[in-house]
Amino acid sequence: MNPPALTLHEAADLLRQRELSSKQLTAAVFDRIAATDDKVHSYITLCRDSALEQAKAADERLKQDQNSHPLLGIPLAIKDNFLTLGIRTTCASKILGDFIPPYDCTAISKIRIAGAVITGKTNLDEFAMGSSAENSAFFPTRNPWRADRVPGGSSGGSAAAVAADQCIAALGTDTGGSIRQPAGCCGIVGLKPTYGRVSRYGIIAFASSMDQVGPMTKDVRDCALMLEAIAGHDPADSTSVNRPVPPYSEGLTGDIKGLRLGIPKEYFVSGMQPEVEQALRQAVRLLEQNGAVIEEISLPHTEYAIAVYYIVATAEASSNLARYDGMRYGYRARGKDLTETYMLSRQEGFGPEVKRRIMLGTYVLSAGYYDAYYLKAQQVRALIKKDFEEAFQRVDAIITPTAPTTAFKIGEKTQDPLQMYLSDIYTISINLAGLPALSLPCGFDSDALPIGMQIIGKHFAESTILGVAYSYEQSTDWHKRKPQL
Amino acid sequence: MKLNREEIQRVAMLARLRLTAEEEERFTEQLDKILQYMDKLNQLDTSEVQPLAHAVDIVNAFREDKVTNRPNVDALLANAPARDETFFRVPKIIE
Repeated sequence: MNPPALTLHEAADLLRQRELSSKQLTAAVFDRIAATDDKVHSYITLCRDSALEQAKAADERLKQDQNSHPLLGIPLAIKDNFLTLGIRTTCASKILGDFIPPYDCTAISKIRIAGAVITGKTNLDEFAMGSSAENSAFFPTRNPWRADRVPGGSSGGSAAAVAADQCIAALGTDTGGSIRQPAGCCGIVGLKPTYGRVSRYGIIAFASSMDQVGPMTKDVRDCALMLEAIAGHDPADSTSVNRPVPPYSEGLTGDIKGLRLGIPKEYFVSGMQPEVEQALRQAVRLLEQNGAVIEEISLPHTEYAIAVYYIVATAEASSNLARYDGMRYGYRARGKDLTETYMLSRQEGFGPEVKRRIMLGTYVLSAGYYDAYYLKAQQVRALIKKDFEEAFQRVDAIITPTAPTTAFKIGEKTQDPLQMYLSDIYTISINLAGLPALSLPCGFDSDALPIGMQIIGKHFAESTILGVAYSYEQSTDWHKRKPQL
Repeated sequence: MKLNREEIQRVAMLARLRLTAEEEERFTEQLDKILQYMDKLNQLDTSEVQPLAHAVDIVNAFREDKVTNRPNVDALLANAPARDETFFRVPKIIE
C-alpha cells in the first residue's frame, strides 16, 4: 500500500478497518511532499506539526466512533486564499505576505469539525487572478506531468498537490475556471458548485458575484464526499442559498440511461487542439453507449463571454481590492503623507497582473465609461445566462472540453495577457451564469498531458453532473494514471 | 487608440496605485489592446436587455443586529502594521 496515492474514500475505509491510522497516512503524505515538492512547488506553507496533532486527535475519534465523518483523519491541501485561523494566508501576494488570519473561513470550519487534517496552503495566481499559477508573488508551480508546463490556474497548487499525491484531496476556488482548468491540466476531478451552494465567508474576495469554493480530488466519489462536507447555507454569507444538501455520494449509481446531454456547437471551433477535440468526441460516444441521448445545442453568445467576464470580474476586483490600503492589515510602505502611503503600499504590494486588473476594473467603472463597458457587460451577461436557460429546456447537462489545449508551457503566455485570458474560453460563461460544472480527465495527448472534459449542469444540479462524471469514470481508467515524479 | 498615457495616470490615481514610467507605458499598450477586444460587445443590440448583476436569484438576508465580538480585539489588531493599545495607528489624515 502506498498511502499518499489513496483516494479519500479508500483512505476513509482503511482508517475504519484499522488497516491504517491517520498518523501513518499523514506522515506518509509529508514524506511524499518532502520527496517531490522541490520539483512541483505546490505548497506555499506546510503545517506538519499541527497536521500530525490533528491526525492523532482523529485516530482517537476513530477508535470511539466508527460512523464518524468520512473526512475524519484525511490530509487535505487548502488553496492559500482560504482564511485559516493561525496559519499564514498570503493569497500568493506580497501585500498579505505575513498575514495570519484571526478566524477560519466557513469551509475550513466545516472540514475542521469533520476532523480533516490540514497539510498546508497551496500556491495560486496572486489573488486568484490567472490561468497558470505563474502570477504567484513567490514562485510558479510546475505541472507534475511535465516540469516545463504550467499546472493551470489559479488553483494550480491544489491541482498539482492532488495529482502528485501530496495530499488526499484539496480545496480550491473558481471565479472563471480556477478549479476546472487546473483540474483539466493536471488530470484530476474539480468541481465548481452553483453560485451560493458553498459559503464564501472568509474566502479572500476576487469577484464576489462569481467566486465559489469547490473540491479538487482524485476521483468523482471523493468529489461528492467533499462537496457534502462543505456545502450548505451560512448566515455569514448573505449570498449562500438556504437549500438542503443532498447526499451526493449516495446518488452515484452510474446510471445515465435516457439522460439528455447537449454538445454546444459554438465550443468546437478553430483554436482547439485536435487531440482535445478527438478525446471529447470519444468521451461523448462512450456516454452515448452508457445510455445518454446526445443532442447538438447552441449557446449563441459564447464568443462574447471573455469580454463580459474581464469587464465584470475586474470591476468587482478593483472594488474588492480597495481594502488593501496598508492601514489595518497587510503591507504598509512609508509615504510622506496618507495618499502616498496608500499608493506606495499598493505599488510595492501588488504584482503586475493584479495591477493590470485593478486598472482595467477602475477604468470600466469610471465616470464616462460605466455605461459603455460595465453596464453593457451586465446586459450581455443576461444574454449568456439566457442561452443556458434555453439549452437546459432541452438537455439535462452540457458536455464541453475544459480548455482548448492541454497544459501550455511555462512562460508561453505571460507576455500577452489577452492570450492568457483566451485560455478560459470554455469555463468563464459558467461563472457568469452561476451554474455548477465539473472537470474530469478524458484522455492524454501525444505529450502525455491530461485532457479535461467539462460537464455543466442546471443551477443546484450537482447530483446530475456528478452522476454523468461517475458513469464516464466507471467506464475508463484515466483517473488511475499517475505522473512519474 | 482608446487609451492614452494621461488616461492611465488618471485611472491609476483613482485606484491609488503608483505606477513606474515603464508600467504606465506597458499598461497603456496592453489595456488599449484589451479594450479594443471588448468592443466586440457593441456588435450586440442590448437596448431591451435588463442588466444582470447576480446569476442566482437572491433576496435580502436579514439578521439580528447583535454584537458577537468575534474574533476579539487583540486577534484583529495582531495583523496591524502599527498599533497603539486597542487602536490602529495610521498616518495623519487631517492637517
